[in-house]
Amino acid sequence: MKYLDEFRDPDLARRLFAEIESITTQPWAIMEVCGGQTHAIIRHGIDQLLPDRIELIHGPGCPVCVTPLEMIDRALAIAARPDVIFCSFGDMLRVPGSREDLFSVKARGGDVRVVYSPLDAVNLAADHPEREVVFFGVGFETTAPANAMAVHQALARGLTNFSMLVSHVLVPPAIESLMTSPTCRVNGFLAAGHVCSVMGTHQYDPLAARFDVPIVVTGFEPLDVLDGIRRCVLQLERRRGEVENAYPRAVRAEGNVPAQSMLAEVFEVCDRQWRGIGMIPRSGWRLSEAYRAFDAELRFDVGQLLVDEPARCRAGDVLQGLIRPDECECFGRECTPRSPMGATMVSSEGACAAYFQYRRLRGEAQPVEVAR
Amino acid sequence: MTGSEPSIDLEGWSCPVPLRHTDRIVMGHGGGGTLSGELIEHLFLPAFGAAAAGATPTDSAVLDLGNGTRLAFSTDTYVVQPLVFPGGDIGELAVNGTVNDISMSGARPIALSTGFVLEEGLETALLGRIATSMGRAAVAAGVGLVTGDTKVVEQGRGDGVYVNTAGFGLVPAGVDIRPARARPGDVVIVSGEIGLHGVAVLSVREGLEFGTEVRSDTAPLNDLVEAMLAVTTDLHVLRDPTRGGLAASLCEIAEVARVGVEFDERSVPVPDAVRAACGFLGLDPLHVANEGKLVAIVPPEVADAVLEAMRARSVGSRSAIIGRVTDTHPGTVVVRTSLGASRVVDRPLGEQLPRIC
Repeated sequence: MKYLDEFRDPDLARRLFAEIESITTQPWAIMEVCGGQTHAIIRHGIDQLLPDRIELIHGPGCPVCVTPLEMIDRALAIAARPDVIFCSFGDMLRVPGSREDLFSVKARGGDVRVVYSPLDAVNLAADHPEREVVFFGVGFETTAPANAMAVHQALARGLTNFSMLVSHVLVPPAIESLMTSPTCRVNGFLAAGHVCSVMGTHQYDPLAARFDVPIVVTGFEPLDVLDGIRRCVLQLERRRGEVENAYPRAVRAEGNVPAQSMLAEVFEVCDRQWRGIGMIPRSGWRLSEAYRAFDAELRFDVGQLLVDEPARCRAGDVLQGLIRPDECECFGRECTPRSPMGATMVSSEGACAAYFQYRRLRGEAQPVEVAR
Repeated sequence: MTGSEPSIDLEGWSCPVPLRHTDRIVMGHGGGGTLSGELIEHLFLPAFGAAAAGATPTDSAVLDLGNGTRLAFSTDTYVVQPLVFPGGDIGELAVNGTVNDISMSGARPIALSTGFVLEEGLETALLGRIATSMGRAAVAAGVGLVTGDTKVVEQGRGDGVYVNTAGFGLVPAGVDIRPARARPGDVVIVSGEIGLHGVAVLSVREGLEFGTEVRSDTAPLNDLVEAMLAVTTDLHVLRDPTRGGLAASLCEIAEVARVGVEFDERSVPVPDAVRAACGFLGLDPLHVANEGKLVAIVPPEVADAVLEAMRARSVGSRSAIIGRVTDTHPGTVVVRTSLGASRVVDRPLGEQLPRIC
């Protein structure tokens, strides 16, 4: 298929693996920031085929995983209200709150709906003036422009029954937080292509300079990721720490400027709690003053929330790259996608879920001989 | 299951292994994945007790009536939305689905029953269209629609139409097709491109377009099975990978037969539009429903001849050998990725959830 097969070509992949092997002279730990990259790496088995000296550390870039538990509980409380139509992207529905998930709220009669775009939720609000329509606005910089547009349109259309529960998070402060952590052992980053297609690459220049660390922006197909790893290793071997764009078909240095101005109008930077990691200063977006009336957090009083995270869940260590998912004692035992203890076991982009889904088998399978 | 007395006290009924996280049915319990399996294993089978003795996870049950007569029996209920979708409608689906379930034990389907739950206010013209396609599909598949039932529920208490079909067929002598018969060395064949039905329904439901219109593959498979049986009566397993997709069917075979299944990702026929849609929505084509495909596990010595017979039929023209049954990693399905690495293939948990970005 055009624009897809080119980036999955096995022969080109073999050449890239060989080149990475030949240029690697010492061990390097490279963190892929985004859950989409993690998913591609595990799904295609890229990490199995890399030289042993290249370690991939799975980063915190899964929006489902880092949305704070308190926010999930708040979403559950709002979704359970009889006057509310609660709209969310699909993979938030199974994220465990302290006691239940959105599927359970739906089964008890809550009107919880999966939408593909926040604008669908705005249309629902227009179609149901008698109901409160709430959209769960989670995600990184990638999903933020559409969410901003939804709030902007709701204001323009005078929809007073629309609101958004906003839990946006930002990549650069997370990288900064990881690099300043005393336990950090990351030598280089693969930055998330789709985040950069919105925000551009210039945000990363100060980080690369300050920490002298390569930051390579990649796409999400196997060859995209492999080429990103190759460029990252090349920089490391040459003792360079620069921002490099390995995804030029989607990312420009300046990013998507109209989207950025919409974001600047609708959102403002705030401190944000990351599930499993903790508070990262200035790492989130909330609705700006002009749009505060659409903030579901202010519109619905849900009382005191008793937040209760399973103590043994080590999702935080996984998200910070301190342990691999299968090094957690709960992995695959009490904690499976069927009954996740932490959010990293929920989304297909969560590192624990990816490991569980694709890596339960120890050792290599035999090659399969098949007819063409 | 054993033939002993049911161990459940209905007064104080509680689930032996509780369905975790929820004391209520969630949508995923109907998704054909892990949650559906748990509902059967932990609720229905214990509750049915001795009445369900011998029940196995197959598309149709085979009952030995003595004097060499074996009856294949199956039922399925259809709640698809929208009722009419590219490539078919709920009526055609309901006939083909049960015809196919019966065919998966190698039986020749003979007759179906039809049950309707209609919602007050449904347009009779639409019901007429659905009934007409049921008649047409039954004639095409060579089965009778011999008995039926209709109920009406108040407006708001149904989704227009729910259709149930049940049916039976006769298993020819010498045919013994069931998941437990998969043997190491057997060859895995799929009868064509996967993922079409699920993507067709999803794209209409959500108003998504993927360049070309994706049409459901709903089709009867009894002729295809007959053509395969003409090559050899020793087909080991047949499944039609509906909800849960190819992955769920292969996982079930691996678990029931205690064998491993390995296949090559690149050899599975996936149409471009399905790949595009799945890429866009974050779904795995291996998990997407099919309504006119089968997966066959056959002995290696007949694989090429069976494949040839399948390809000679239009419904099986894109059939392909995708992998093998192994004696390594029993109970697990492993796929070789296009890059040459390998990963475990799991059945979906419940509903397929489009991801955030």
